[in-house]
Amino acid sequence: MKKYIAMLLGALALGNGCTSDRDFLDVKPTTILLLDDVYSDPRLVLSVVTDLYNRIPDLVKPSNFGLYAGFDEAFASGDYGRHQFRDYSYDDWNYWDYGYIREINLFIQRVNATTKLIPADQAQFVAEGRYLRANAYFELAKRMGGVPLITEPLTYDYSGDVASLRKPRAKESEVYDFVISEMEAIKTILPKNAGEKSRATYGLALATEARAALYAGSIAKYGATTPTVSLPNGEVGIPVSKATAYYQTALKAAQELITSGQYSLYMKRPDLSDNFAYLFLDKTNNPEAIFVEDFKLKSGKMQGFALDNQPRAITEEGERGGRLNPSLNLVQSFEKLDNTFATLPINKGIPDNYIYYDKPEDLFAGRDARLRGTVLVPGATFKDRPIDIYAGLILKDNSILTGNALGQLKDVNGVKVKVVGLSGPIDKYDGSAQGGFYMRKYNDPAVGSGQIGTQSEVWFIRYRYGEVLLNAAEAAFELGQGALAATYMNQVRVRAGLTIPLTASDITFDRIVHERKVELAFEGHELFDYKRWRIAHIVWDGSNSDLTTKPGVATEPSTRVYSLWPYLVYNPGGANDGKWAFRKLLSPQVTQSHNFRLGNYYSRISDGIINNNPLILRNPNQ
Amino acid sequence: MLLTIGLTACHKDNFAPPKSTFSGRVVYKGDPILVQTANITDVNNVTDFPVFLELWQAAYGNRSSIRVPVSQDGTFSSLLFDGNYKLIVPNGRGPFLWKRTAANMPDSLNINIQGSQTMDIEVMPYYMLRSAQFTMSGRKATGSVKLEKVITDVVNGKAVERVSLYVNTTQFVDAGNNVAKTDLVGVDVKDISSVNLIADVPTLIPSQGYVYARIGLKISGVSDMIYTPIQKLTF
Repeated sequence: MKKYIAMLLGALALGNGCTSDRDFLDVKPTTILLLDDVYSDPRLVLSVVTDLYNRIPDLVKPSNFGLYAGFDEAFASGDYGRHQFRDYSYDDWNYWDYGYIREINLFIQRVNATTKLIPADQAQFVAEGRYLRANAYFELAKRMGGVPLITEPLTYDYSGDVASLRKPRAKESEVYDFVISEMEAIKTILPKNAGEKSRATYGLALATEARAALYAGSIAKYGATTPTVSLPNGEVGIPVSKATAYYQTALKAAQELITSGQYSLYMKRPDLSDNFAYLFLDKTNNPEAIFVEDFKLKSGKMQGFALDNQPRAITEEGERGGRLNPSLNLVQSFEKLDNTFATLPINKGIPDNYIYYDKPEDLFAGRDARLRGTVLVPGATFKDRPIDIYAGLILKDNSILTGNALGQLKDVNGVKVKVVGLSGPIDKYDGSAQGGFYMRKYNDPAVGSGQIGTQSEVWFIRYRYGEVLLNAAEAAFELGQGALAATYMNQVRVRAGLTIPLTASDITFDRIVHERKVELAFEGHELFDYKRWRIAHIVWDGSNSDLTTKPGVATEPSTRVYSLWPYLVYNPGGANDGKWAFRKLLSPQVTQSHNFRLGNYYSRISDGIINNNPLILRNPNQ
Repeated sequence: MLLTIGLTACHKDNFAPPKSTFSGRVVYKGDPILVQTANITDVNNVTDFPVFLELWQAAYGNRSSIRVPVSQDGTFSSLLFDGNYKLIVPNGRGPFLWKRTAANMPDSLNINIQGSQTMDIEVMPYYMLRSAQFTMSGRKATGSVKLEKVITDVVNGKAVERVSLYVNTTQFVDAGNNVAKTDLVGVDVKDISSVNLIADVPTLIPSQGYVYARIGLKISGVSDMIYTPIQKLTF
């Protein structure tokens, strides 16, 4: 009997199991969020789009600063290889992240499909997705030229034939047109909120449109000077006939942003150099920043620019700091307050015939205030402490006494004297000021920023109002409106202490190039600017030319970074005792001249990509 | 016994190394095309040479090229597996014109490697540098050269951007390796059959009683320069 009961129970149990089969297997997971859950809650959708923001491709930025020394803005004190190769590789600066674009396309599709969000949120998220996608395409166009424009998530049907997924490269102009039209379409959907710096806004859409149209316009105009940098069907290269329309678009977008009155130049501090430095550090009510990558202490997202670039004399972390040394090439580019250019007066014709200065910083007096807002010159202070840069002593007989350790003491006529500054420079001493200068722009002066365990929360400004003004000035200049160009450029220059206004006839191509060089140094523009103006192969021409004596001329070769080393005169009782002298030098670590070949204008599309999609054409001259 | 298995496995797993040498020169009517030396550095990358040939082996699914650098005397050499290859010069490489297909892609040359072989690759340079002569008087190096414009048609012909005399302390002399140079820009080249250049040789550290000199021609719109042979000059 017991046996029967057991069988009966067993049968019942089985029967039960069978009837509720579907429910039994349909258990909601407790550890992952499903698509429907995510796209029904605005907070979760925000976290998805945050991830996409986090993956915005920036080539150079403070949290990834090595490439700042890749050209002529800085000497890499420690990473000497940056100055020891000749040809830039065709693979340098390449970018091909269609995984990211697919995720954005999926994001847009899913937000569009959901019915659980309120319409305002839904519209904003879609617009943000479109911004990020257009921004990624802009980056692709800058580095690779025209690329396949994929605006839907592609799905493979497992048929064994992938031909339907293979798309050819669009024209370079089509990618720029796409960016411009996307910005026009989303600018009114995005919030008109200048206080929002980390997400896409109305202002950001306009700033991006202006920059993209300016790039396209200059590629069209100056591309005519390098006819071999093009492909027959326009995957690379834009016809010169399109230049004017692009410049007009750029000017119109920049003017719309300017007249909106939402942003203004940062002007909070009386000292103009301090003001320029704090433009990049001040995160409270910064009227100039339009779009940033933000960082926060103790959040897991900090950055180590200050850790690796604090002056060695005042380092908070043992042997760390001082890696990026602005070059003399850059420093001498900052013009004098009378709007003229001049090299730094360090000697009377020959290197040993010094010009003496009472204080080292006097050499840099009377120049563009941005110089000392960008660069820590010898004699400057940082975190209220002297940065102590000098390479050695000049003794009574004009000989030089130097050492091989930071702050080294040596006997001079029976007296112990410090022969090298605490920040160096010492040749091949990593982190010592081998370029003669240290970084101020983006360098965090907060106490603790130089410690590994703390680091820095200084943001990286991707778009700012100052650049918009310069974009407007350049577009106006190219459209023949010199007076308008001068108006925009003068606003930026007044903030730098250059109060004598430039007139319409002063605005030349050299002026445009120069103003961007000094205003936007270390902001990741130099490579892309030189590429779109097609002067990269002229400036980085592989010649071992000397440092130019014409810093205001855009096409002067600048293939190697030069250093400026200060020396202290030690001659007690002598006339020049305690004064300062300078020597220009080429570091022995700079062994090669950079050569930017015509094939470098657009990075190589790897063989792997072409194997996957034979429709992709190679870039020219490679 | 385990040891035996191990050894056997090792032996079976390994391929034989490539052992066929493919070498030769890049020439125009038998004269080598002289280019810049490869600056091989261990820091950035080792694959980019000023001028190189590409070999593509068709036997495999995923195609990737083998780069064969051309050294400054116009020679090249590569160690290969036997097989069928296609040889091209990539777009824009070299101071010469490489044949194009109708689709404007570099035309390819079939190369069948079965054992070592030597082969001269004939190309059409934009210019050839002829009858180069160098002399030294005092610390002045003088060089003269005749430019022969080989490609003269309107479509493919290119102008002279500059002619440069380079002097270096070693026999690697070119635009990137020199202690002294003199440039003559294209518009100042009045007579291409006789171009003369003088360069002042600076004090050499450490001092040596000789230098090497070479003249290079930069052609407008072409990245790679073409050079004369190198000559040793003694003071």
